[in-house]
Amino acid sequence: MAEPRCGYHRPAAMTDVAMHYCAGCGHSLVHKLLAEVLDELGLRERTVGVAPVGCAVFAYFYLNCDIAEAAHGRTPAVATGIKRAAPDRIVFSYQGDGDLAAIGMAETIHAANRGEAITVIFVNNTVYGMTGGQMAPTTLKGQRTATSPLGRQPETMGAPIRMCELLNTLEAPAYIERVALDGYEGVLAAKKALTAAFRTQAEGKGYSFVEILSPCPTHFRRSPQESLKFVGTEMAAQFPVRVFRREGAPVNA
Amino acid sequence: MKKKFRVVIDRERCKGCELCVPLCPRHLLALAPELNARGIHPVSAERPDTCIGCLKCARMCPDAAITIEGHEHA
Amino acid sequence: MNTPEPNNAASDSGRVLMMGNEAAGEAAIRAGCRCYFGYPITPQNELTAYMAKHMPAQGRVFIQSESEVAAINMVFGASAAGVRAMTSSSSPGISLKQEGISYLAGCRLPAVIINVQRGGPGLGSIDPSQGDYFQATKGGGHGDYRLIVLAPASVQEMHDMTVQAFALSDVYRVPVMVLADGRVGQMMEPIRLHQGPPPPEPPKPWALTGAKGRPAQNIRSLYVQEGELERHNEVLQACYRLIGEREARLEETETGDCEWLIAAWGTCGRIAKGAVRQARARGIKVGLARPLTLWPFPSARLAELAGRVRGIWVAEMNCGQMLEDVRLAANGVTPTAFSGYPGGRVPTVTDMFKALLAVVNGNHGKGGGAPAPAGAD
Repeated sequence: MAEPRCGYHRPAAMTDVAMHYCAGCGHSLVHKLLAEVLDELGLRERTVGVAPVGCAVFAYFYLNCDIAEAAHGRTPAVATGIKRAAPDRIVFSYQGDGDLAAIGMAETIHAANRGEAITVIFVNNTVYGMTGGQMAPTTLKGQRTATSPLGRQPETMGAPIRMCELLNTLEAPAYIERVALDGYEGVLAAKKALTAAFRTQAEGKGYSFVEILSPCPTHFRRSPQESLKFVGTEMAAQFPVRVFRREGAPVNA
Repeated sequence: MKKKFRVVIDRERCKGCELCVPLCPRHLLALAPELNARGIHPVSAERPDTCIGCLKCARMCPDAAITIEGHEHA
Repeated sequence: MNTPEPNNAASDSGRVLMMGNEAAGEAAIRAGCRCYFGYPITPQNELTAYMAKHMPAQGRVFIQSESEVAAINMVFGASAAGVRAMTSSSSPGISLKQEGISYLAGCRLPAVIINVQRGGPGLGSIDPSQGDYFQATKGGGHGDYRLIVLAPASVQEMHDMTVQAFALSDVYRVPVMVLADGRVGQMMEPIRLHQGPPPPEPPKPWALTGAKGRPAQNIRSLYVQEGELERHNEVLQACYRLIGEREARLEETETGDCEWLIAAWGTCGRIAKGAVRQARARGIKVGLARPLTLWPFPSARLAELAGRVRGIWVAEMNCGQMLEDVRLAANGVTPTAFSGYPGGRVPTVTDMFKALLAVVNGNHGKGGGAPAPAGAD
């Protein structure tokens, strides 16, 4: 484990390239936390990540590890291919709402069901950011988006999908947790969850999944500070923040 | 040995989201009057050397724009 | 089921009776395929089952994926990690893989894809067909890319071409498709298995092995900066030109003195050999040009042959696909007739001989074979 330097310095697992994300975007935070975890666990040099299609498509410009760019939704399948071909590598799949829970739903469920020894990072901000704020599988009831201008109506559009709960019905996953970027404590909790998830993989314990409720100030039409509040109140009400599975065993609410 | 800290903000990486501002226990942070190259008012620190090294601002910053330098001295 | 043990002394000295699909699977193993990902679909299930049994036994990776889409993306991942990987399917499943194939091509990743064609379009039939020529050679996926496409007509070629596919794929960093059909996939013939080591693997400095002792690198197909994608396409095209110069292959039967030329591929090409024999027995000087590579298409040699004959007859188990490439190669110098056997129909030698006679006697469109579609001259 790397010795922490005095103070705080940008992690070595981040490049010098300034990130393109909007002010207050959850992706920037998650990239940074991911990089800190890779540094602290000494995993960077054997890590291969898979980047999604979505706002985080440029993750490979910001993270200082080998990265493959997957077709939309196929990230867990690509991660499966890498991990099965090279089991000594630490492999993560980094995805947003559409990538993981819409077009990639089958790949998400089956990689989890097979217990692929990868770490799946799910950045849930309830919208499709990159393409202009369309409805996502996780958009809240009544939430207005570009494709639910009158608010999400469950009768015709379905209700938001809780991914942790869905994956928790499967036998194989070893670690499942949902955290919320709702403020400083939330940031610390997210880092702890990512650490536990990567440890799960590094210790050969199987599939890990971290859902991170994240702000999207642009499509929430709120300030960054107000967006954190939205995450902590409205979003957390729909998506309970807790550990679901640890060491392969369910954790009761 | 005592530790001294200094908060350094990368004005060009900062996007002015202000998530750091309310976290500083010494209230050192605020939007600067000047603009950076992106046309954003970045956050700047008054009396950066009086930073106590709690690291909250740096940990909160989504853009990894804040460095906290720490040194030990007699 | 007679499944040979690799490197078994008994099969080293002689031939082994195998099904085409299984011969392709065994070839992949002998060619150093480390990962196979596939989904069941008729008529290639024997290949998936063979891999399910033999890959783990050889310490290699087998996954029955959740879909054909997932399978091609698993191939993408394994290839990105620097490892030989393969998937297989049949026509509708190959349609599902098109996005992944475009991504493989755009990322210059090696991969082997076996298509055991069945009748189409849509769900079609489970009988053999050659309806995916366009899909394989003209894209299928989006963007300007090419696949090397090999067309086996025997179980031996199913085996040999699969080994070759891995070699070509690695050398050129291009996905390679073995375009078979349900007939050659499910028939059984005695074959000689590939002996000796797998084709050598070139160094893969681009593979995602982890950023130890070198800068981090990525494998991607997104190029949004001005001019970047244009330059990337130029790199791809240069590679395809090189492949075109070096790898086009054609098998010729009795073309030395032929006055008529049959152009046919795969199973249809094999049946055409019977028609050539019958025609020659009647004193008709006909020869057969059977492309072994559908891309790169052996245009130059076909053009030469076209210049020497009175007419070309293209026969395919589809409605006219290779026909267009033959016409392009012939460039108008000789009339080209066509007989198509689409929808899962496999012509007999008699069918083809009768159709050939009709062409030679100048009344194509009547007699054996399907009527030539509108536009056939």
